[in-house]
Amino acid sequence: MSEIESRGYARPEVLVSTDWVASHLQDPSIRIIESNEDPLLYPSGHIPGAVEVDWTRDLNDPLRRDYLGREGFEAVMRRIGASKDTTVVFYGDRNNWWATYAYWVFQLFGHDKAKIMDGGRIKWEKEGRPLVKDVPSYSATEYKAPERDDTKIRAFRDQVLEHLQAKKPMVDVRSPDEYTGKKLHMPEYPNEGALRGGHIPGAASVPWAKAINPDDGTFKTGDELRSLYANDARIKPGDDVIVYCRIGERSSHTWFVLTNLLGFDKVRNYDGSWTEWGNLVGVPIER
Amino acid sequence: MAAPEKLTDTLETLEMVPDRNERIQLLIDLAGRFEEVPPRIARRPFGEEHRVPACESEAFVFTEERPDGTLDFHFAVENPQGISAKAMAVILRDALSGAPLDEVAAVPQDVVYRVFGRELSMGKSMGLMGMVGMVSAIAKQRAGGNGAS
Repeated sequence: MSEIESRGYARPEVLVSTDWVASHLQDPSIRIIESNEDPLLYPSGHIPGAVEVDWTRDLNDPLRRDYLGREGFEAVMRRIGASKDTTVVFYGDRNNWWATYAYWVFQLFGHDKAKIMDGGRIKWEKEGRPLVKDVPSYSATEYKAPERDDTKIRAFRDQVLEHLQAKKPMVDVRSPDEYTGKKLHMPEYPNEGALRGGHIPGAASVPWAKAINPDDGTFKTGDELRSLYANDARIKPGDDVIVYCRIGERSSHTWFVLTNLLGFDKVRNYDGSWTEWGNLVGVPIER
Repeated sequence: MAAPEKLTDTLETLEMVPDRNERIQLLIDLAGRFEEVPPRIARRPFGEEHRVPACESEAFVFTEERPDGTLDFHFAVENPQGISAKAMAVILRDALSGAPLDEVAAVPQDVVYRVFGRELSMGKSMGLMGMVGMVSAIAKQRAGGNGAS
């Protein structure tokens, strides 16, 4: 049993270690993908053979606030030389915050041969593993994707309102100051892109980074995570859960934890998140 | 209010590099020139009053007054992967140190987009703009004779 398998996750196969990645650098069935918040990181050096999928340039519709469509996703997959049989392994900065976001978007198109490198970029770096500047080039594929399916893992504002009225569980994964709305009232503080501060009524506060071991960026064990979400959010597998943050990026991390590590079968990420809810006219807000 | 001359020069230099990859390499090189605030100015733990609001790379800003009343700007960036924050710190340090305070105070936060382009996440934009905003706010305070940074 591997160390990751021993942690008691529902789906341990979605996580791989830095050792595993290091031993698969030449594996043609694997495509390693770096996804960061900081646009300078990948070009400054990356895992040998890794390609970059950038959230702003690759995964978003350039005009309207939405993700890319089927054709756009096909173009990304063809560019990085991925086929239906390719296993994509994401890693990135900020404890894999953006890597899990990219992972989540890939699931909207059903590419379930996907994994996260536990510990992300910082663990790879701290272990003194190689980083290179060479940008690899892979033969383009003829990847065919289905239409994006927003029904299973994505929530929209009207669904959130229904969820709220039905008193179903929600998890706000922002910082405590964002949850309470305090941040919007700090002098000269940028307004977080929202007119109102606070949280969606009924949402529990479980900041996303609580799922991470701060010393090495790896995920906490299954028992630790189960205890965290049972105690702080009063949720359990089988619950219908919506998670949100500011724009849906941090909550994709929590979505990943609940869905894959704890085996929740109905978790949706509300990517409109606070930048939408905090600007909506007439919706209830709690502080 | 005119922008500080060195900042104008820096922005024009960057804008002469239209190729995104080349510009990124230029910014990476700038980040490589980052020097942390010297211990004679500040030591850890840094005071919260020096922390840049909204910057997830945990940037801190410090100042040192020159004899002519202008300021030298110094930075710390606690996130070892905060490479954009380090590049921004080098630009602000080199371009605004010694510049007239009223000009520094007038530097707009969206100068960040002229440096990095528009393809920044909301969080990254806010953090980098927070660095500019804090430097400007300090200069404005000093120009008004309000003392401490």
